[in-house]
Parts: sequence; structure tokens; C-alpha cells
Amino acid sequence: MLIASNDRFQPWLDPTATPQLRIENVVKTFDDFTAVDDVSLNIYRGEFFSLLGGSGCGKTTLLRMMAGFATPDKGRIFIEDTDLVPLPPYERPLNMMFQSYALFPHMTVEKNIAFGLKRDGMPKDEIAERVAKVLDLVQLSQFAARKPSQLSGGQRQRVALARSLVKRPKVLLLDEPLSALDKKLREATQYELVTIQQQVGITFIMVTHDQEEAMTMSTRIAVMDKGKLVQLGTPAEIYEYPQNRFVAGFIGSVNMFDGPLRENHADYAVVDCPAWGGPIEVGRGIGYGLGHLTTLAVRPEKIQLAKLDQPFAPVNRATARVKDMAYLGNSYVYHVVLESGQVLKVTTPNMGLAPEQQMRRDEEVQIGWDPSACIVVEP
Amino acid sequence: MIGKALQGRGVLRVMMVLVMVFLYAPIVSIVVYSFNESQLVTVWSHFSTKWYVALLHDDQILDAARISLEVALSAASGSLVMGTLAGYILTRFTRFKGRTLFSGMVMAPLVMPEIIMGISLLLLFVGMEQIFGWPERDLQTIVIAHITFSTAFVAVVVQSRLRDIDVSVEEAAMDLGARPVDVFFLVTLPLMVPALVSGWLLAFSLSLDDLVITAFVSGPGSTTLPMVIFSKVRLGLNPEINALATLIILLVGLASGIGAFKTAFKPAAKAAG
Amino acid sequence: MKAVRFLGMPKPGQGRGWVISGPFLWFLVFFLVPFLVVVKISLSTAEIAIPPYAPLFTLSDDGTISLALHLGNFQYIFSDPEYVLAYLSSLRYAAGTALITLLIGYPVAYGIATSRPGIRPALLMLVVMPFWTSFLIRVYAWIGILKPNGLINNFLMWLGVIHQPLEILNNQFSIFVGMVYAYLPFMILPLYACLEKLDHSLLEAASDLGARPFRAFLSITLPLSLPGIIAGSLLVFIPAVGEYIIPTLLGGPSTLTIGTVLWNEFFNNHDWPVASTVAVALIVLLVGPLMLLQHFQAKEETR
Repeated sequence: MLIASNDRFQPWLDPTATPQLRIENVVKTFDDFTAVDDVSLNIYRGEFFSLLGGSGCGKTTLLRMMAGFATPDKGRIFIEDTDLVPLPPYERPLNMMFQSYALFPHMTVEKNIAFGLKRDGMPKDEIAERVAKVLDLVQLSQFAARKPSQLSGGQRQRVALARSLVKRPKVLLLDEPLSALDKKLREATQYELVTIQQQVGITFIMVTHDQEEAMTMSTRIAVMDKGKLVQLGTPAEIYEYPQNRFVAGFIGSVNMFDGPLRENHADYAVVDCPAWGGPIEVGRGIGYGLGHLTTLAVRPEKIQLAKLDQPFAPVNRATARVKDMAYLGNSYVYHVVLESGQVLKVTTPNMGLAPEQQMRRDEEVQIGWDPSACIVVEP
Repeated sequence: MIGKALQGRGVLRVMMVLVMVFLYAPIVSIVVYSFNESQLVTVWSHFSTKWYVALLHDDQILDAARISLEVALSAASGSLVMGTLAGYILTRFTRFKGRTLFSGMVMAPLVMPEIIMGISLLLLFVGMEQIFGWPERDLQTIVIAHITFSTAFVAVVVQSRLRDIDVSVEEAAMDLGARPVDVFFLVTLPLMVPALVSGWLLAFSLSLDDLVITAFVSGPGSTTLPMVIFSKVRLGLNPEINALATLIILLVGLASGIGAFKTAFKPAAKAAG
Repeated sequence: MKAVRFLGMPKPGQGRGWVISGPFLWFLVFFLVPFLVVVKISLSTAEIAIPPYAPLFTLSDDGTISLALHLGNFQYIFSDPEYVLAYLSSLRYAAGTALITLLIGYPVAYGIATSRPGIRPALLMLVVMPFWTSFLIRVYAWIGILKPNGLINNFLMWLGVIHQPLEILNNQFSIFVGMVYAYLPFMILPLYACLEKLDHSLLEAASDLGARPFRAFLSITLPLSLPGIIAGSLLVFIPAVGEYIIPTLLGGPSTLTIGTVLWNEFFNNHDWPVASTVAVALIVLLVGPLMLLQHFQAKEETR
């Protein structure tokens, strides 16, 4: 995890901490479409919080309700003890960084950044000082006199960030802040954004559809689907213990098996999975009764592959045929077919095996994983 | 097949050239014959600027020109304000009671036959004068009428510009603490400047040119330039009118041409989109 | 305080209502109400007075208000062949103009839309530029071109193609020339707007699937440009029905159109009620096309 220093920053676990931003049972419908469906969230000071989901999941609408560009039909949004809903956008103590950056094309970088301070009637010399400071923070000091059209995409992105930070809002809202950048620049900027966030100490709430981005940058992630909050947790919690099929499939890729629960013990359970061709052992007890139809999920990188003649130790084991494979440089991706016909995705690191040790297409192989690699998800 | 396509392209080219000739020949012919010495307008004798000199001594035309300019200046400015508001309302306020009626009323003058607008406005003014004692028919009634029909043209220009401006730019301003009025004057309006320039010029040239509506709503003392021109050309060709027309083409054509050119080729305008 | 929404957001205050009410009132008073006044006066009779029509409501001595609705004007204009003819010929000129401008304008719009993107604005400008110069003067110019010793006749006689001047002024031909000339940009612009948006890869797909260019045009381009064709035709047809200047200057003294008839009733006969009746009949005629146009433009907007 990137934010090593955040390991002990977990205010949500502290029962005495008060959240900075509270979203209470917020509902928003457009005509007959429910964009946000009864969402409640507590966000703490200093968090880098992500709203993650596919397009149309309601994450942007939720963000716009915080900024004041949409009104909830029901529910309330508090920042500290102020109810935000009746306040117009220009009176809310939070600022937003727009997906399109929304820079004022007719103003220089400096004027763009000073805009918000001027609206507050701040004295000129103080404005100049603050603008200079924030320009320094985003390393754009020498571009102060340029117009947005004379900047590169990455520079515009930083102007937008500076402009929304300069008012020192209590919370900064970021709407897909990196989506307009190309892949290389995006990765570098992810780290930069986190560094800046830690320097200024402002709470960031980011909307993104990119799960990798959310994983790398966030203290916590709220996964949304069809207007509902489906899971809330740290990146590790969400990846390792997805609560349902949607989260498991949305964050990374996953192989799933369904079947009735056969045995249930304190530290392990057994599920009959016809698609697997037999029982699968799970490394912990399951909260269902015997016979309950259970869904199991296994991440591709937790599945092991071996040639038929190699010794193979995992508890859950079967044979399968390699259907096809892809070379990704740092890893291999295999699609293997079980006897039942179900296709599994398996990734293995590229360890520089000799050609005769590599799997080939249509080869029969051993496949398996340990009980601890397997998790139970809600259907 | 490629040959055929090229042939098709060639036919299109010829067609386009012919249409351009069709569009510009009358204008060119007027300009050329305005320098013809002969009274017989279409028979060329030799080059002369005498009709321009005659024009300068024609008080009727000079008076009318002054009135027309006065009207056009106020009408264009009035239409600019009204058209900007109307265009803004139609693009940014997507839902309000009576929106369909409003957009219908604003846009109908684009196509409404002028005689209908002329007679209906005149009857309104006469009725209002009977009841309220206002307005007397003079320049102000002409200006009101011109604002009413030119607003649509300004609104169209403003609307197309506003559609290109990213709404989130306005939202960003509001997010940074600008009230709606500040957003309009500090962000939206400056971004609309090219459209406002061409909108004003368009309204100006429409006002300067209008005959039918003006004829209905003008009073006895307010004869505009098109009214004078019309009364003269009904009697046939008139070399003095050719000279006047050349001046008008030069003035209006140049000014509005520059305005239209600016909007058509302004790359900076795209940066906002 | 009532929540008024601005840009879809909550806002205390009635700012938006005020912004709307200004222009709304203006158009109500100076666009909509005038039509009602016209309808009202079309129902009254002419009098030699100022203004020259009988009041609709009269207050008699005993304090009763009497309302005299006079439908005679409508009877009059529908029974007099002169008015019926004027209507029919106006319709014919307008429909003919729409058709001819479509036939000329379509290839031009198509040519511009398929030219190099860099020169499109310039070509479009060339089409629009004449519209910015005086309408009256442009129509007037055609007199010099079309008259018996005008440019065309002089040129053809000089070539020796003809020996007698052609009768091409003060008749239907010259009216059509003037109308097509004046309204051509109104056809080209919406057609261009429509054709320009058309995805060129559709045509490539069609030819890839074996359609010859003409076939591809018929089954792809033409149907997809239908909104532009309809909008352009309406933009030409509606104002052309009431055109006054062109028939007057280019059609000669005997030309009968709604425009000339209305003008004469109003300015020469001072019969305001009959002129109003002619106007009302014209408005009624145009309500359908106007609503169709509004419908199409609203559809364009939501796209």
C-alpha cells in the first residue's frame, strides 16, 4: 500500500472521533431514475476518501450534492455541524476540482487562482501571497502569466487543483481528477496528489471509476452501484474481503463458484461446487446454515498452476486444460477449462522459467489453491 | 468508381461556383454601375463619381440616413441586451413555466412575414396611444419594433456560443464563491464577447435595412433610409441609389463581415469548449 | 422562501424569475398582444375616423356595453376572387421558392459539408455574406439585370443569341428569381448544419457493403438530412408567403400576393379592418408550418 504513514490513521475505528462530513440517508431522483438511493457516509478530517463505481452509479451526483450543484430529495449533508443542503454552492466551505478542470479561458493562471479569494474580498497583497504559495506547491510559478490554452494537460490539471485549494476549503471534492491525463502522467500524478493532500491536510473526496486509482490513493473507498452504497472500507478490506459478487467483480478480477454448504466448522467449511467438480474447502467458518447456496470467490493470482508431473500441495486441487494464454511481460494470464466446462482465469508472475517448464496451449495441468485464498461473497 | 466520384465532385464544384455568381452578381453590378456616368443605369458610358456627389447634396437622403443610423444604433443596443438575456434564458434555464411559449415568441420573428409583424405592431401602438396616450409614432416606435424582431437573431448567435461554453466553468466560478450575478458578469459575459459583437452588428444591419415593419410603425416625421430608397426605386432604376447602395454595401458588408469572420475563425473561442 | 433552481442548483432568492420576466413581458406586449389586437380589429368595420375603424365595444348612454362582432370582413375576403387568387398565388410562389431553393441549395450545402474542414467556414461565410447587406438593395439590383435593356438582355443581344429583348422582368419568372435569390441562404444553412453532422463513416460503411455512391446517397445521406430539408423548407416557405418587397419591385403593378393586397388595403384604401382580416387569414395559414418548425427546432435542441 502506498500510504504507509496512514497505517495508523484510522479515525473511523475510533469511537470517540467525530466525523467531519456526514451524509445521512441521501436520496436523489431524476424523473423516474433513482441516481442516489439512501446513502449514508461518515468522512473524517484528513481522509483521502474515494467514491468508486461505474458510470451511472450515482457517485458524481453524490459529489455534486456535496458541492451544491444538485439538491437531495431526501436526507441531509453536514459539514461539522452545519447543514449544507440549504446553502448555495458559493456559500459552502468546500471546493471542487472539475473533471474538465473548468478553468476560465479568458483569465491567466494567476487570475484563475485568485478568483475565489477575490470573491471573499481578501486584501490584494494577501491574495498575491497566497497565490504565489499555492503556485509553488503545484510547481507552476513560472506559468503564472499564461492563459490556460497555453498550458499542457498536466499543467492545467495542477492549475485546477491550485485554484480549488487556495481557498483552504474544509473539504476538497475531486471529480475524476486524473481521467483527462494519459496513463504515464496519471500514475505520477496519483503520488503527487497524495503528497499534496498530506502537505495541506485537507480532507479529499474523490470520484473515480478507476479501481486501481482508488486503491493507490485512498484511505477508504466507498463502492457504489445503481445508486446504492455497496461496500465501505480500506482498499485492502475491499480487495481481500469483497462483500458481494458486484464488488468482487468490480475490484480486480475474480473466479466464482456456487454450491450448497456441506460442512461448517469454527475454522473451516466445505462447499460442494459442481462446477469445480467436488468440494472446496474454505479457510474459515461461514455464517450460513448447512445446505445454504453459497458463492465462493478466488482471485486469479491466488490460484496455482503446475504441470501434471510436478508435486502439487494445495488443499483444493483439480486438473484442467489450458485454453489460451497471454504474455503481459511481468506476468502470464491463463484461461483454463475445468472438466465441467467452467473457465478460470489464473495469473502467475513471470519468473523466467525455462521454455520446457512453461505451460502450453491445450496442455493438461494441475490447478489449485489453499483454503485461505477463498472468500465467501453475497450473491 | 473513383472516376465517377471525381466527376460528381466536379459537378458539385461547378454548381457551387454558379451559385456564388448568382449570389454576388447583383451586388457587383450595383457597385460597378454606381460609377457609370450615364443616366441610363445599365448602359455604360464612362467612369464618373458624379452620382456620389449628387448623393451628398440630396437632403432627403441625408436626413433619412441620419434617422436610420440613429434608429439602428438604439435598436441594435436594445436587441443586444434583450437577445443576450433571451439566449441565456433559453440555453441555461431548461425548465420553467411557459418556456415553450417564450421560445416561440422570441424565435418566431425569424420567420414571421414582416407585413404581419408590421400591421400588428402598428395596431398595438395605435391602441396603446388611445388608451395610455403613449407611444406617439416616431423613432421610438420604430426602435421598439426593430428590437422585437432583431432580438431573435441576437439570441440565436448568443445561444450557439453559450452551447460551446462548458457549464462547469460557470459552476466552478460559483463553487469558488461567485454569486449568480457575478458568474454572469465575470465569466459568462466575457466568454460571449465575440458572439455579442456579431450579434450587435447583425441587429444593426437588420435595423438599417428594414422597410416593411418600419413603414407600418413610423410616424409622419420619421422617414428612414429604406423608405426613401423604396419610394425612389419603385419608379425605376436610379443611379443615385446605386451610389448609395454601394456605400451601404461597403459599410454594412464590411462591418458585419468582420463580425461574422471573427466568430467563424476565432480559435480561442474553442478553448473554452 | 421558495427554492428557485439555477443551473439545477438550489438558490435562495427570486433572481431567476426577474431575469426571465423582463424579456418575457417584452415579447408578450410587443409580439403576442399585437396579434390579439389584429384579430380584434379584423372583427370591426371601417370608418372614416382616426383610427379608421369602429370600436368593438361601445358604451351607450344607458350604461350598457354592447359588443359588435363583425364577421363580414372574413366573408368579404373569402368571396372576393381577388383575395382568393392572392392567397393561392402567394402559396404558389412560396412553395415554388422552397422547392427551387432546395434543389439549388442541397448540392451547395452538400458540397460545403464535404469540402476540406479548413475551408468550410470560409465557404459558409460566402453564402451568408450577401444576407448581411441590404435586402432591399439586393432585390433592386435585379431590376437592372432583368429589365428589357438590362444586363442579361444586352449581353444576349450582343452575343446575337436573341434579337428581341426577353420579357423577364415584371412577371412570375422575375418574382421567382428574386425570391430564390433572397431566401437561398435560409435553405443552405440548416441543410449544411444537418449534413455536416452526418458521420462520413456511414457512407464508407455503405460503400463497403456494396452500395454504389448514388445508392448510398439515396439510402443514407438523404434520409438522414431530412430534418435539414424540412427545417430549410419551412424557413423559406413561411416568410415567403407574406413577402411584399420582391413581388412589388420585380413583379410589376398587376401582381397579386397576400403581401401586396394587405399593403394596398392598409396604405392606399385605409381599410384597416380588411387589412387585419387578410393578416389574420395569413396567420391562420402559417400556424401549422410555424408549429412544425418549432417542433423540429425543439427536437434539434434536445439532441
